[in-house]
Amino acid sequence: MLIALLVMSFIALALGAVLGFSALKFRVEGNPLVDKIDAILPQTQCGQCSFPGCKPYATAIAAGEADINRCPPGGEEGIRKLADLLGKEFIPFGEDTAAPKPKSVAVIDENTCIGCTLCIQACPVDAIAGAAKQMHTIIAVECTGCELCVAPCPVDCITMVPLPQTLQTWKWQYPEDAQEKKAP
Amino acid sequence: MRKLHTFHGGIHPAEHKLESSAQPSLRAPLPQRLVLPLKQHIGSAAKALVQAGDKVLKGQLLAAAEGMLSAAIHAPTSGTVAAIDFHAVAHPSGLPELCIVLQPDGEDRWLEHAGFDYRALPRDELLNRLRDAGIVGLGGATFPTHVKLNNAQHIQTLILNGAECEPWITTDDRLMCERAAEIVQGIEILRYLAQPADTLIGIEDNKPQAIAAMQQACAGSGIEVVVIPTLYPSGGEKQLIKILTGKEVPSGGRPLNIGVVCSNVATAFAIHRMVNHGEPLISRLITVTGNVKSPRNIEALIGTPIAELVQLAGGALEDANGYIVGGPMMGLEVTNAQLPVVKGSNCIIVKSDKLFPAPPPALPCIRCTRCVQVCPAELQPQDLYWFARAKNLGKAQSYNLFDCIECGACSYVCPSNIPLVQYYRFAKSEIWANERDKEAANLARERHEFHLLRIEREKQDKADKLAQKEKAALAAKAAAATQAQPIPSQPAQSQPAPDPATVSATDAVAIDALRAQVREIAHPEAKHTKE
Repeated sequence: MLIALLVMSFIALALGAVLGFSALKFRVEGNPLVDKIDAILPQTQCGQCSFPGCKPYATAIAAGEADINRCPPGGEEGIRKLADLLGKEFIPFGEDTAAPKPKSVAVIDENTCIGCTLCIQACPVDAIAGAAKQMHTIIAVECTGCELCVAPCPVDCITMVPLPQTLQTWKWQYPEDAQEKKAP
Repeated sequence: MRKLHTFHGGIHPAEHKLESSAQPSLRAPLPQRLVLPLKQHIGSAAKALVQAGDKVLKGQLLAAAEGMLSAAIHAPTSGTVAAIDFHAVAHPSGLPELCIVLQPDGEDRWLEHAGFDYRALPRDELLNRLRDAGIVGLGGATFPTHVKLNNAQHIQTLILNGAECEPWITTDDRLMCERAAEIVQGIEILRYLAQPADTLIGIEDNKPQAIAAMQQACAGSGIEVVVIPTLYPSGGEKQLIKILTGKEVPSGGRPLNIGVVCSNVATAFAIHRMVNHGEPLISRLITVTGNVKSPRNIEALIGTPIAELVQLAGGALEDANGYIVGGPMMGLEVTNAQLPVVKGSNCIIVKSDKLFPAPPPALPCIRCTRCVQVCPAELQPQDLYWFARAKNLGKAQSYNLFDCIECGACSYVCPSNIPLVQYYRFAKSEIWANERDKEAANLARERHEFHLLRIEREKQDKADKLAQKEKAALAAKAAAATQAQPIPSQPAQSQPAPDPATVSATDAVAIDALRAQVREIAHPEAKHTKE
């Protein structure tokens, strides 16, 4: 009886020590769910979700503090992916959320720009080149189309231009849509 | 006799080859205008070297290969560059592409050119010349030949593709009948570059004339002409390799992975013209058939509009309603007759409702798996259709969607008339688009994280500097205080007036520190621009 008790408690202690050690040794830094959610978000860093960037929004979703339908650049496809990941039901965009727009880039009218650097400070991805009292310009490939630079411009020289379709970005249409178009 | 193997599936569509294969080929006269797209090959577009208004000679380099995977474009005749502009091309998107428009002067004057002894050249130099001559695979995929041969040395088998399995098309057939000896000279150059143990030419048994001509031309050269049974798509690269060698190209791999290089007979011919005559790739043989008066093969300059070629084939019959560029299985339907033929165009079929009736409306899939039985890539087309239709792209990809060669055999046999290939194309392009978006998002994430890091670092720098200045100001004050209180024992009313020089120095330091603080608060950006 006593031996059995000793053996059992020894096993319990040993296993407890192993678990305690691995909990310290293999501890996961941060919440892995946040990274998974962040990977689905489009990284425009536009703040349309009312959070200051994609990562804070992902953190809020993971903590259950925000709905999954607050990201217009991600589109309905993005909501669907988030719903899949989190095991939630798909919900349409909320009424207070802006409607998704076609992907655009900001363009600075270089004749009007006064070189105030306000847009440079607003850009979340450092996609604007320029210096004080020098003309600014946007590095188009790095612009996420977040529109955060449009409001601060004191001379309204920044416009959002939708990206034109090129042979590189062209996609085959969904066959059923294509047929519907042909039918009438 | 070589033992032949079989690939999975395949179909026997009506051949329609006799319409055009009996007629000898015709050389097209100079067209009114030539339109040369800068991207006629897989890879990046060529870079234009001429300007509008430049006079060019036949064979002159108009656009140079740009980047690793690209090919040059040459002037098909002498004339003037009318414009470099966006022009409609044969592409399913209908989007215009940058093209060089050439106005022929009618003289057809050649740039000075001559053949050269390829055996005297180093291998790299010969490959560079292939690139600069704009040689690409003429079987339809237009993969730059110099890239294909770059790593192909001491291979097991060199395969020349003369199968031409798609209905209606007869260009390779006619070329082998008429230019067999020249094709063999081109094959010799390929053999010199790839040093294969075996060299085989695969030809379907529905081309007896071409087989006889090639056998005669290959006699004694060590090149084996292999007659294969007619079955669509035996001319597909992977399928032909399976038939001739029994080996399978691994999923996602290239023929070179199993020691095979496969090239079209027309490509061999183009290589021969370039090496032995110094002529870059400026023309090709094209079948013009279907609903025309006299279907035939035409040797046309690259850039000739479809309409002029149809005229040369006797003109379209009355009930013509559009064109197919390429074959009926894999080709592209177009309506614009001004589209130019490019390096990859092997056939133009004039359509009519009688020859190509519109497909009946698609019905639901009944899971009969006839598509599985005919799929030459041994895929599960009905599952791929299901996933593509449900936009379940990850699942489609895990069922090897990218091994689909889009041959159209599944759509051909489908009793429900489902346009299966369209679903696969849709799914493939969606997956590519998603990957592009993912890359863009990763770049944006990286840049945003760096942006936050930079802001944090700047804040830290600013705080450090401020702390330093404050410290300096305090130290100065303390120093001034110790100097100002040399005799603390004296009564208060008799405190001596401080030395004016010391006072002004202490104040100046304090005022400077204050000014700096104010400046920083008012113009935070001015600081880093000065730095």
